[in-house]
Amino acid sequence: MPPAGPEDHRRGEGPELIVYADLGCPHCAAAWAEISARAATVVFRHFPVASKHPRAPALHAAAEAAGLQGRFFEMVDSLYGDRGHVDDPHLWQRAEDLGLDLTRFERDRRGDATATRIRRDFESGIRAGVTATPTVFPGRAVP
Amino acid sequence: MIEAGQPAPEFTLRDQDGERVSLSDFRGEKVLLVFYPLDFSPVCSDQLSIYQEVKPEIEAKGVRLLGISVDSGFAHKAFQEKLRIDTRLLADFEPKGEVARAYGAYIEKTGHANRSLVLVDERGAVEWVHESPTPLEIPGANLIFDALAPVA
Repeated sequence: MPPAGPEDHRRGEGPELIVYADLGCPHCAAAWAEISARAATVVFRHFPVASKHPRAPALHAAAEAAGLQGRFFEMVDSLYGDRGHVDDPHLWQRAEDLGLDLTRFERDRRGDATATRIRRDFESGIRAGVTATPTVFPGRAVP
Repeated sequence: MIEAGQPAPEFTLRDQDGERVSLSDFRGEKVLLVFYPLDFSPVCSDQLSIYQEVKPEIEAKGVRLLGISVDSGFAHKAFQEKLRIDTRLLADFEPKGEVARAYGAYIEKTGHANRSLVLVDERGAVEWVHESPTPLEIPGANLIFDALAPVA
């Protein structure tokens, strides 16, 4: 599995936890609050399983697009915090609540670069043997 | 469990649509047989969902993916629809588990197959085998890609 790098989404301080998560997955939502509360650097890697969670690709793309405006984890927290509102109008509302430029958000979440970025994380998870979400790997003890 | 180098036992089973599928139909192509315990059990669902996500990459390497369990074709159809997958699922239903037995993948005590992967080469010989330590453990798709990687 590739170690955490500058291109990864990371939040917090302390030893790294590399988390492969699916934004459409209820188990991940349940675990997310606990993972986020740890004294750790949380590294988020996209692992959408579309056949299982049909909205997962759209949700990961929304998080990635929010990340391009510096609000990646805020979007992840928002999506895991309320799993009942995941249609496009709900995503626009979330983006607006986070103060994002909506036009840019719309363009970015549908862009090829976003899809490629998500797929790269997914494939690294496959290579690492991820078969369920969330899967957490310990990263470096001192990032 | 069957071993690499042995001839893959021939079989004819029906798939989720009632179509007859024989291993020999795929001569000239590689086939990955995915033996799994049961339709609708939570672990199997995760395994086949993950494999579905990488099915295009597996097929791009010239490999056909076939799922096999002791469930009936009707159960397979419902299971396929539930998971929203298009991997063909074969019914090893009557005589129950006969194909899994021929590959040494059947667990008599529980009445279903263990989670096992068998890669059959273009000539019908077993090329690679992976057997999970327990039915609860899912073989990661990384094992499939490692098996398909050209030997350095």
